[in-house]
Amino acid sequence: MNTLVDSPAILDESPLKTAEPPNYLQEGGSTLKSWLLTTDHKRIGILYLYSIIFFFLIAAVAAALMRMELITPPGDMVSSEMYNRLFTIHGVLMVWFFLIPSIPATLGNFVIPMMIGARDVSFPKLNLLSWYLFIAGGLFALGAILFGGVDTGWTFYTPFSSAYSNTHVVAMATGVFIAGFGSILTGLNFIVTIHKMRCPGLTWFRLPLFIWSLYATSIILVLATPVLAITLALMALERIWGLGIFDPKLGGDPVLFQHLFWFYSHPAVYIMILPGMAVVSETITCFSRKQIFGYHFVAFASVAIAILGFVAWGHHMFVSSQSIYAGMVFSMTSFLVSVPSAVKVFNWTMTLHRGSITFHTPMLYALGFIGLFTVGGLTGLFVATLPVDVHLTDTYFVVAHFHYIMVGGMVTAFMGGLHYWWPKISGRMYPEKLGQLAALVMYIGFNLTFFPQFIMGYLGMPRRYHAYPEEFQIYHVLSSAGASILGAAYLLPFIYLLWSLKHGKKAPANPWQATGLEWQTPSPPPQHNFRNTPVVDRGPYDYSPEKSEEEVIYGQ
Amino acid sequence: MANSHVAVAEQFDDMPQQQEASTLGMWTFLATEVLFFGGMFMAYIIYRNLYPHAFAAASGHTILLYGTINTGILLTSSLTMAMAVYAAQQSNQKWVVRYLLLTIFLGCCFLVIKGFEYHDDLKEHLWPGPNFKQGLPVQAQIFWVLYWAMTGLHALHVTVGLGLLSVLAWLARHGKFSEHYNTPVEVSGLYWHFVDIVWIFLYPLLYLINRY
Repeated sequence: MNTLVDSPAILDESPLKTAEPPNYLQEGGSTLKSWLLTTDHKRIGILYLYSIIFFFLIAAVAAALMRMELITPPGDMVSSEMYNRLFTIHGVLMVWFFLIPSIPATLGNFVIPMMIGARDVSFPKLNLLSWYLFIAGGLFALGAILFGGVDTGWTFYTPFSSAYSNTHVVAMATGVFIAGFGSILTGLNFIVTIHKMRCPGLTWFRLPLFIWSLYATSIILVLATPVLAITLALMALERIWGLGIFDPKLGGDPVLFQHLFWFYSHPAVYIMILPGMAVVSETITCFSRKQIFGYHFVAFASVAIAILGFVAWGHHMFVSSQSIYAGMVFSMTSFLVSVPSAVKVFNWTMTLHRGSITFHTPMLYALGFIGLFTVGGLTGLFVATLPVDVHLTDTYFVVAHFHYIMVGGMVTAFMGGLHYWWPKISGRMYPEKLGQLAALVMYIGFNLTFFPQFIMGYLGMPRRYHAYPEEFQIYHVLSSAGASILGAAYLLPFIYLLWSLKHGKKAPANPWQATGLEWQTPSPPPQHNFRNTPVVDRGPYDYSPEKSEEEVIYGQ
Repeated sequence: MANSHVAVAEQFDDMPQQQEASTLGMWTFLATEVLFFGGMFMAYIIYRNLYPHAFAAASGHTILLYGTINTGILLTSSLTMAMAVYAAQQSNQKWVVRYLLLTIFLGCCFLVIKGFEYHDDLKEHLWPGPNFKQGLPVQAQIFWVLYWAMTGLHALHVTVGLGLLSVLAWLARHGKFSEHYNTPVEVSGLYWHFVDIVWIFLYPLLYLINRY
């Protein structure tokens, strides 16, 4: 628990309602200008939240259209060209304009400075610039979509992208390039903030595990994203001016493009899962009322995942012309990454053991995360196994595998984190029963959507086709039915969270009796987060079932 | 940045914290930059290994004189930049401005000479494509793609650096920097040295290896 200079009476809202100072939503005004020029990390987090939900909705529509097309075996609803555009839009927007910024740029931006007892991130203006870069990149991507779309898939493989595709490849790549610099600056800001802005007493091993995970994520953002940027730039040079660095006609090697692309995009998979693990470490401890099991292991597992993630990219290229020995090495390194991931799963499970568990919505999402991530991770071992992957490459098995990680893992964790910190962000409680319902429906809908894809993938259904043999129809119908349930489960929180902004119960400072510093300040917090800089004298997760609630709240 | 030379931005507790954060921020940014250029260096290594003879033949057509003069100019500009940082730390207002202007002048010289070099390269038909110079192996074009991309990206970084230094010179003229507050000069110096170091790698790779 964290000892605060504030007296408990001010922390608790009830007695001093009239003396309530303005929070970050009131301070500085509520005009559009005050939002567009804000340097407050909390407001920037909210700008990101609205933006990524916008892109999520477009990408979700693309997914819905694909699932509708796939209900029947012939390609009867959209043409194959249109289908190519749909899965490209879905992939590009979901990866770069939803998943990568999802937890880091929204929840991370909002809570990192508060968790470490700081007034803001190290570079608030740079933080706002990141958002503008994200939006500028997004406009390029939207422009590319509106003017006819792109059909390369989200991977932009050459020579198709550089020489043959007749779609708006350069505009889309420019969008990703610009948004990439937004991500780099966010990562840079987090690294410096975590190094230099911690409040007195907050040593590295007293940091919440959320911070460790986001730190590992930031390292990947800073070191991997520039390689994507230069790779896309080289691809664009080849397309615009014929400077054919990957052009086989000049002796260039398209597989080099794949190497450079996956050197970014495999670590990017961990950009898309480490923040999910970050949220789960917070919610599992809070709703089990227990210390995390093996703090140091979980903390260093995050760092290990970030490091090992950089040496596993070749498993995306087992059937390219990569040498068989390279394939074997990459197969081995991919197995290695699973070790720290499994350490985390075991430690969360041990944290649950003999805890006082309550099934609030964030906890349901956290439990869902552990299950779905485990399935996604274990099937990851299948596709990391060189001979098995030769059979499974480019089938729905791979599609199911990474959706279990990206959607079952990251989106589930994002929803969990959004509910967990919603009282802090909005100052209102969400309706608990509806939240629990949505979490359960999401779990059912998700499994119904993606589990059949494992089976049909194993049976040989290739990805990226809009027509297929009749024998696969049953699996596609199940999957599409699941997708409609999943869609409803995603819509429900958007509706009740918006509703709760006006009609939700007012949230106390610490509705979950959690130990994090972000809970030791009013909901919503004042502009500079704390009235007095907190001083920390112990580790995080100092939960103990014996302590009375009051003690837990006030840390005495 | 701060309004007067001792103002600390509101998110920081004190000046040392602000300075350390800014410096760490620049180092982190440079780490990003290393990987940004790194993609092209990787491509260079791989293709040089695949096509050593074509690369040797191609690199024989870079203009050594321009490259060497520019190396000298850029190294000297790093010296004047370091002197500018030193002058700022000594609160020597007059010389901060002078050294910064000198650095800007040298940076401009670099770009002008590079411009002449590009002009001569184009005259020699060294732009890859259908009009590429006759008599070279086909893979020589890959060397020249890398030449244009790497020196082009480097020149872009020099240009951004010149913009940064111009702002600094203007601020320094208004007496913003002193022994108490000189972080912008220091971190811009880091950036300028990085640009210099990239060139130190580009010069041997593009102009020297296998030349004679």
